[in-house]
Amino acid sequence: MGVTSLAPSSADDPLTYRPVALVDLLDRVLATGVVITGDITLAIADVDLVRISLRALIASVGALAPPSEVAPLAPPSEVAP
Amino acid sequence: MSTTAEPARAVPGTGSAVWLHGVVAAVTATPAGTTGIAGTPVRSVAGAGLVAVVSDVPLAEYGEEALRRNLEDLAWLERAARAHHAVVAALCGAGPVVPARLATVHRDDDRVARVLAERHDELAGTLARLTGREEWGVKGYVVPGATPRTEEPAAGGGAGAAYLRRRKAQLTAREEGQRIAADAAAAVHAALAGYAVTARRHAPQDRRLSGAPTAMVLNGAYLIDRERLDGFAALVRELADRHPEIRLEATGPWPPYSFVAEPSAEPAWA
Repeated sequence: MGVTSLAPSSADDPLTYRPVALVDLLDRVLATGVVITGDITLAIADVDLVRISLRALIASVGALAPPSEVAPLAPPSEVAP
Repeated sequence: MSTTAEPARAVPGTGSAVWLHGVVAAVTATPAGTTGIAGTPVRSVAGAGLVAVVSDVPLAEYGEEALRRNLEDLAWLERAARAHHAVVAALCGAGPVVPARLATVHRDDDRVARVLAERHDELAGTLARLTGREEWGVKGYVVPGATPRTEEPAAGGGAGAAYLRRRKAQLTAREEGQRIAADAAAAVHAALAGYAVTARRHAPQDRRLSGAPTAMVLNGAYLIDRERLDGFAALVRELADRHPEIRLEATGPWPPYSFVAEPSAEPAWA
């Protein structure tokens, strides 16, 4: 994401620079961003878009890793404000 | 500024369409030479005093049916997300931008211009609100060692019963640890939200996706005034010290993806 003014000071530092992780990016470009419904993508609506993509992710990654011990992907209703 | 998109109403799957990257103020220059979502140049479409930054996409790959299929393909999704993000991030260097959600596709420039006119007040208001600000993410993960250990129960009842007692104690400790971590996450979020212009919590990431060794308990996004970034960094470090029961990780700066929707325009579940 480019250089940050929040310079890292050690590996344990919460502000250490990291390249953009796909999962962080998808949090943002799928679940957020201004909702302008394109006339071509009319039926790929809000939640639908997140669901179909994350289902693909789980299917792809799930094949490589054991199931998570923790809760599965929180359903949208559990997103705290 | 010219449109090359051909109308494709009659034959779905042929021709091209217009992918929306984001909306900027009219005065902002479009980064020259930036490549759009499908490798085509980034263009601008002006309307109602605003500028939509778009790139042309072939309907064969970006039409509705094709998009549905492609979004389920992890490699395609990653390439699209990174290409879209690259344009939005480049725009951020020049001034405020309202990023579009991934997969916002219109038939032609006229339809995009119409959106600029119809949503002008909301978009202009959002651009004004985002000026001089950027998004930072702070994630928090459970630290297993920081949770209190349950006392080993007294022996008796044989190896099987002892195993069950130990197992129960482990489970209780884990539940307790997760509760403590959740409390810490709430406290950290409250402190960061108090410093930020606006804040929101995204759903915690699944460990299968994040690859993190322990559970995520905080996935926060914070809109920060650029002038106050140093204080934000200091606060994150201070909170990390104050809450050893969770491990904090900051990401950013991000384009303000998490803060472009007005509360009324926010999806009902957000």
